Amino acid sequence: MNDSDSNNSAGIDSDSEEIELTRSFADVDFPRLERSLRHPRTLFSSGLSLMTGIVTVVACIPLFSVLIMLMYRGGKRLGLELLTETPPSAFESGGGFGNAIVGTLTMVGIAALIAVPFGILAAVFLAEFGPKSKTASAVRFCAKLLTGFPSILAGVFAYAAVVLLTGTYSAPAGGIALSILMLPIVLLTAEESIKMVPKKMKEAAIGMGATQTQVVWKVILPTALPGMLTGVMLAVARAAGETAPLLFTALNSNYWIVQDGELALMEPTASLAVLIFNFSGVPFESQIELAWAAALVLVLIVLIINIGGQLLSRKRVLR
Amino acid sequence: MEQGEITAFIGPSGCGKSTALRCLNRMNDLVRGFRFDGHVHFRGKDIYHRSVDPVAVRRYIGMVFQQPNPFAMSIYNNVAFGLRLNRVKDDIPERVERALRGAALWDEVKDKLKNSGLSLSGGQQQRLCIARAIATEPTVLLMDEPCSALDPIATRRIEELMTELKEKYTIAVVTHNLQQAQRVADKTAFMYVDTTQGGRTGYLVEYEDTNRLFQDPKEEFTKQYIRGEFS
Repeated sequence: MNDSDSNNSAGIDSDSEEIELTRSFADVDFPRLERSLRHPRTLFSSGLSLMTGIVTVVACIPLFSVLIMLMYRGGKRLGLELLTETPPSAFESGGGFGNAIVGTLTMVGIAALIAVPFGILAAVFLAEFGPKSKTASAVRFCAKLLTGFPSILAGVFAYAAVVLLTGTYSAPAGGIALSILMLPIVLLTAEESIKMVPKKMKEAAIGMGATQTQVVWKVILPTALPGMLTGVMLAVARAAGETAPLLFTALNSNYWIVQDGELALMEPTASLAVLIFNFSGVPFESQIELAWAAALVLVLIVLIINIGGQLLSRKRVLR
Repeated sequence: MEQGEITAFIGPSGCGKSTALRCLNRMNDLVRGFRFDGHVHFRGKDIYHRSVDPVAVRRYIGMVFQQPNPFAMSIYNNVAFGLRLNRVKDDIPERVERALRGAALWDEVKDKLKNSGLSLSGGQQQRLCIARAIATEPTVLLMDEPCSALDPIATRRIEELMTELKEKYTIAVVTHNLQQAQRVADKTAFMYVDTTQGGRTGYLVEYEDTNRLFQDPKEEFTKQYIRGEFS
């Protein structure tokens, strides 16, 4: 067969004696060692390998087509005024959504301030202090349930718990709704990365006379930091893109969160996600363009946060 | 165990050498289902007495483990770790240097103290762990098969180190290697495991000066074990 012959001569030096030797061996009933596509199982294996490659590429198509579409449609409006202006009213053109960017960052920040300490401290308990206790398994179960929690319910909950109580739509209400969605992600990934800390490192610290607190603060948390950071980034990315929970809690606003030098935290607050939702449904060209641009900016923000997190954690590990 | 001496624990696998050693600084308190009967006296105090804090015990009785286990931080911080635990503030760099010199590692790492402890070779990592353990100047150093993960040359260095360290510290070492016990230990304890009554019960067979134990063991068991007739 041509195929195997060419393999043969390619595999061996041009030294003619060696080729001679191989051929004479091949004449004797010697097992064939060359790879040949004629064998059914080689064919099967190559076919399957090829398929995994194809499917991998196919899986990336939606992601990249969305990105390309965003860059194409949203890129047109990209400019500094997007970041400095507030949204235009119905028949105006121009304008931007700087207030929505600030709003999103504020609310995600509030959510992270709540979810990260809670999630990590709870994870320390789950992984270190009472991994087999009833509390731990109950909490773990709840957290897993909560990861699949419909985000609109988080909004409804925060509406009932915060908006009705304070009597106003506000950034903290939105932040609380988002933190409900972030908490389980932070908690579960932090627990996993704490469990990955080698036992021998903990033993080393204990053997040197570290108290349990010192072991947690000085060994476990620093060592588990990269993993925990990844979890936080995932959670931030999810929260930044959520619309439903904000509809009931932060509503929307055409104004900056800082008005006349005063922080208007307890007012309805704009966010990129809600802005996209609102503007994509209106019949005005300018607003629709803004919605596309906002989508692009949102993706960029998430991307920047993610890359920043990766860099931070890599720095930590190298040190 | 006498101050300033090296005591070796030898015996077959599973006879409880490590467990016995870990009892000496209450590391076994972390093991589920561990129960301790008896007394361990350290400078006239029973370390298992109710009023004793295991954390304080471990600060005086340091430990080096079977697997080198440096922290994922710089070499310098690895050694300074114990000092910081004890809230030592003064001359940390000097103490770190002294500990690294004591562990015969200083010359190899003095130019790369900022590098990760995990970047060192296995033998260096183990010496780093010894440096870390002696940085806080404990009274006793427990070593649980400190050379079992190391090559012969690194083993040699650790053994030399142990003989140097016994000037200042009391050392208890668990080893699988009879020659090692012979080379470094002043006293040797031979332990054996009894499986006759179901389950595994480890017990102490003989505790003697190393030379006498190896040349003229009193117990038949010891004799057979040393000759390599069973393991």
